[in-house]
Amino acid sequence: MRIPCPYCGSRDASEFSYSGDATLTRPAPDSTDAMFDYVYLRDNPVGVHQEHWYHTAGCHAWVKVTRNVSTHEVIDAVLAHDEAES
Amino acid sequence: MSISRRLASGGLIDRSKPISFSFDGKTYGGYAGDTLASALLANDTMLVGRSFKYHRPRGIFSAGPEEPNALVTLRSGARAEPNTKATTVELFDGLAASSQNCWPSPNFDLRAVHQLAGPLLNAGFYYKTFMWPAAFWEKFYEPAIRASAGLGALSGLDDPDTYEKTHAFCDLLVIGAGPAGLAAALAAGRAGARVVLAEEDFVLGGRLLSDTAQIDGVSAASWAALTEAELGTLPNVRILKRTAVFGAYDGEYGAIERVSDHLPVPPPFAPRQRLWKIVARQCVLAAGAAERPLVFPGNDRPAIMLASALRIYANRFGVTPGQCIAIFTTSDDGWRSAFELQKAGAEIAVVVDARAEVAPEVRKFAGNAPQFLGAHVSDTSGYRRLTNIEITDSTGKTRSVAVDTLGVSGGWSPSIGIATHLGSKGNWSEERSAFLCTDTPPGMQIAGAAAAQWTLADALHHGALAGAKAAAHVGLGLQTQKPIIASDEASGNNPVWLFKGSRRKAFIDLQNDVTATDVALAAQEGFRSVEQLKRYTTLGMATDQGKTSNVNGLAILAGEIRKTIAETGATRARPPHVPVAIGAFAGLHSGKHFKPTRLTASHAASAALNATFVEAGQWMRAQWFNAPGETDWLQSVTREVKAVRSSVGICDVSTLGKIALCGSDVGAFLDRVYVNTFSTLPIGKVRYGVMLREDGFVMDDGTTARLAADHYVMTTTTVNAGKVMQHLEYCHQVLWPELDVQMVSVTEQWAQIAVAGPTSRELLQALLGDACDISNEAFPYMACAEFHVGNIPLRLFRVSFSGELAYEIAAPAGYGEALFNALMSAGKTFDVMPYGTEALSVMRIEKGHVAGSELNGQTVARDLGLGRMMSVKKDYIGRTMAAREALIDPDRPTLVGLRPVDRSQRLRNGTLLFARGVTPAPDTNAGFITSTAFSPGNNHWIGLGLLARGPERHGEIIRAWDPVRSGDLELEVVDPVFIDAEGARLRA
Repeated sequence: MRIPCPYCGSRDASEFSYSGDATLTRPAPDSTDAMFDYVYLRDNPVGVHQEHWYHTAGCHAWVKVTRNVSTHEVIDAVLAHDEAES
Repeated sequence: MSISRRLASGGLIDRSKPISFSFDGKTYGGYAGDTLASALLANDTMLVGRSFKYHRPRGIFSAGPEEPNALVTLRSGARAEPNTKATTVELFDGLAASSQNCWPSPNFDLRAVHQLAGPLLNAGFYYKTFMWPAAFWEKFYEPAIRASAGLGALSGLDDPDTYEKTHAFCDLLVIGAGPAGLAAALAAGRAGARVVLAEEDFVLGGRLLSDTAQIDGVSAASWAALTEAELGTLPNVRILKRTAVFGAYDGEYGAIERVSDHLPVPPPFAPRQRLWKIVARQCVLAAGAAERPLVFPGNDRPAIMLASALRIYANRFGVTPGQCIAIFTTSDDGWRSAFELQKAGAEIAVVVDARAEVAPEVRKFAGNAPQFLGAHVSDTSGYRRLTNIEITDSTGKTRSVAVDTLGVSGGWSPSIGIATHLGSKGNWSEERSAFLCTDTPPGMQIAGAAAAQWTLADALHHGALAGAKAAAHVGLGLQTQKPIIASDEASGNNPVWLFKGSRRKAFIDLQNDVTATDVALAAQEGFRSVEQLKRYTTLGMATDQGKTSNVNGLAILAGEIRKTIAETGATRARPPHVPVAIGAFAGLHSGKHFKPTRLTASHAASAALNATFVEAGQWMRAQWFNAPGETDWLQSVTREVKAVRSSVGICDVSTLGKIALCGSDVGAFLDRVYVNTFSTLPIGKVRYGVMLREDGFVMDDGTTARLAADHYVMTTTTVNAGKVMQHLEYCHQVLWPELDVQMVSVTEQWAQIAVAGPTSRELLQALLGDACDISNEAFPYMACAEFHVGNIPLRLFRVSFSGELAYEIAAPAGYGEALFNALMSAGKTFDVMPYGTEALSVMRIEKGHVAGSELNGQTVARDLGLGRMMSVKKDYIGRTMAAREALIDPDRPTLVGLRPVDRSQRLRNGTLLFARGVTPAPDTNAGFITSTAFSPGNNHWIGLGLLARGPERHGEIIRAWDPVRSGDLELEVVDPVFIDAEGARLRA
C-alpha cells in the first residue's frame, strides 16, 4: 500500500506506523467515562475511515489518512497538525 | 542408447551450443535455448516422476508454468531445490536434476502399491478410511501417510546463496511478453510511458515462439525479436526476463526475477533471485492462457500431453515427443496443433473431435489423417508410456488405435489469477467457454488470451490498444499507431467436461491425484460449493495451484449438482501466483543483517578493555569488563561495583534516548506529558520525570534538563527511545499543535558517559580544568551546564543512577571515543574503572531505582513508589485513567526491597511471592521478584519485587516459591533502598 505523505510524497506503507481512528477527540480531564471510551472503545467501520499514520521511517509527521478499509484505497492524506489547528 | 527425438532442423535452439546435463545420474545432451523438459523429451525421456497419492507413472504434460507432473529436484546438496517444474527450467551446462516421489526410480517405484489401495484413498480418505481404531491415527496412520506423501524434500542445509529486494516505479507494468504484452509495451513505450515488461520465460514472445503465422510480413518469432530490439532502444522501457509477477497488492505488484537460476552457481556478488516490488500506475495483464486438458478414463499416462505443448516442443525446441501422435480435441485449436505437428514432420495418426460438426477449413488442418467427429477417447493403455487409445465413435462403436503420444485440447483457460488477487472473482463466459475477470484491480487492463481474445490478430490489436490507453491514462496522448497485420484464426470451442468409457480413473488434478469420481463423491457427500470441494478433495491445492485442473473440476461439480458453471462459480486466487522462495522475501535481511546493530562511541575502546557485550534493543552495550584472573562474570561485576562505590567508574550511557525540545511552550508541554511539573524547572537544572500512557500505566521514565529558557533535553530509557519520540510527536502534532514546541531526536548526535563515585568530581575537574566550575556549591546535585573545552561543546549533568556522587558528561558523538579515552587516562591517578550494564544494574537495585523489569507496562506510578510525584494541580496524559478504582487499590502489588533470611541464599527474577504459611496457588499469590543482584555493599543477594500492600509489610517474613529453580525461600520485606537511604552520598 502507498501513502501520500504531505511532506515526502507517495511512500510505501511500511515506512509508517499505524495508530487507528483519527476521528476521536481527547476529552476534558476528569470525565472518566468519556476518557474510558476515548482510550478503549473503537468502532470497526466498513468503507471509508479516517486514521492516523506516523511517518516513522520518514519525516515523523502524523498524517491523517482517509482510507477505504475495505479496498485499501487511500483517498486523502493531510497533516494531523494542520487538521487539528483548523 | 536412447533414440533422439530432435528434428533435423528448426526451432529456436542454438545447435552450435551443445549442453551436457544429467537426470537421475544419467548424462544427456541438449542445446542452448532448451528447457529441461524439451531436452529430456529430445532424449526420449518422457517418464519423469510418480504421482502424489497413487505413485502412478507420470510424464511431461505441458510446456510451461502450468506443469502438474514434471516436478524435479534441481541441483544437489545445499543448492537443491525441490518441486521445480522441468518445463520452465532453462537448461545450462552441468545441470543435475533428479526425480521425486518415487523409489528407487520413476521406472520402478515400489510405492506404486498405493494404486492397489486406490479405493481406500478416495476424496477425504484421511477423514474416513483411517479413522478406526482411533488411537491408530496419531501413532500409525498419520506418520505412515506423511512419510509416503509429499513431493520433493528440502536439503536441510543453509542456503549458500543471497537474495535481493528492490523497487521499481513505472507508468505501466506489462505482465507477459506474448503478442498482447509486446504490442502493449510497444504502444506505451513509443508514447513515452515508463514501461516495465515482465516475462517469466527466458525469451520474449510467448506463443509467438511456437507459431508459424506471419506478422507484418515476417515470421511470428522474428516479429517478437524485432519488437524486443525496438523496445531495447527505448530508454523508458525496462525488460525483465525470467521474471514472474506473482501478485497484485494495493497499488503495487510483486515479482520474482530468477537472476542466476539458469547458471550452475550465481556469479560473484550476484543474487540467486531478486524480489521486485513494482509500483505501477497502470497495468496490462497479458499473461496468456493455459490449455485445458480433457477428462476421460486413463487420461494420465505418460505421453498424454496438452496438444499445444506438442506444438511448442516441435516449433520452438525442434523436438517431437512421439512418432505416431493422436489428437483428441473439443476445439479448433487442437486441429491447428495437428497441422503444425505435421508441418514439423510428425505423423498424425488420428484426430478425434467430440464435436459432431467442425468447419471444413478447420478439418483441412488434419491433412490425410483419419478424422472422427462426435467421437471421444474412452480408454488408454500402456504403463510407462502410452501405447494404444480406444476411440468410441459417434455410433458408439469402439476401436483401438496404436499411438505413442496423445495431444489433448479442451479449449483454453485465461490466466486471470493476478487480476483476482484483490478480491474480485472470475465470471464464466458461456460464449468464450472461459472465466473472465471484468472487475480488475484499479488501473489494470487485461489483453490477449488472458481476456479470451483468442486469435493472434485480436491479441495484437487489443494489446496495442491497452498499451495506448494506459499511456493516455498517465497523460501521454493517444498516438495513432500503425496497425499490426496478422492473419485471423479459427478459435471455436465446445467444451465437454467428462467423457465416459472404461472403469479406469479419469484424472482432473494430475498433481494431487484427484479424479472425476472424487468430485462426484464429494458432491454426493454434500460438499457442494467449490470452496468445500477444493478442501475436501484437495483439487487445485498442489504447487501448480490447479492451473490445468480448476476449471475442469468445478465444471464437473456443476454437472454433479445440476447447476451451471456460472452458478457454481470459481474459487478465488490468492498470491503468490507462482511459488516464491522464503529467502527472496527475506532478501539480505537474514541472520545478523535482520536488524541494524548500533554501536556506542566507546565500543572499540571497550572491546580493547576486554568488554563482554550484550544486546540492548539494537545497541551493543558493554555488560562487564573482564580483568586478568577473573573466571566468573560475578567476580568482574562485583569488582566494578566496589570501584564505583569506593573511587570512580565510567560507563557509556549514550544508548539512552535523547530528545531535544525547543520553543516557548516546552515547559507547558512537558507538564502535560509527565506526571510531575516541569514548567517550574529552573535553567541549569535537571528533574526526574515519569510519563504515563493514556490508560494510566507507566510508559517511561528519565531525566529532563533545562539548558536554556527555551531549550530542554529529555532522556528516555534505551528501549523506549523510539516509542517516546512517537508519543511526544503525537501529543504535539495531534493533541496540542497550538503549543510552540519543536522536537528532534539527538540520540545519535550525542555520546554520553556516566562518571560515578566519590572521586568523580576530582576526575572531572582534572579533565575539564576551569572550563566549568563543578564545585558542590556551584554545581549541586541535579545541576546541568553547557560549556566548551577548546572548541568542543560539552554538556554536564549531575545525575546519579548509582546513588554515588555522579555526573553524566556528553560530547558530540564524533568526540565520544576521545571523551571515553580522555576519562580513562585522566582517571589513572584516581583508579578509574570502566563498568558495564551489569554493575549499573546492581547499583540501581541497591539504590531502589526502577528500570525495565519494573516498568513492565502493567505497573502504575503508585506501584513503583512514585505515586507522590503525580501532580494534582494539572492535567496530564494518563491522569484520569490512573485514578480508576482498581489502579488505586492498596492491595495492588507495590515495590518493596527483599533479602533472604538465610543470607547465603541466591534470589532469582520471576520468583513468586506468598505470605508465610500459605499454599502456593494463583489466588494466594501476592506478587513476584522483579530484579535481583548480588550486593557487594551488603555482601548478600538482594531483590526488588512487587508485593501486595508492600509498603505496609516492611519487616514481614514472606515465602518465595520457585519450584523449578531455587525451591522455597524465606525473604524479609524491606525498604527498596539498600544503601544510603538519606541520599548523603549523591549530594556530597
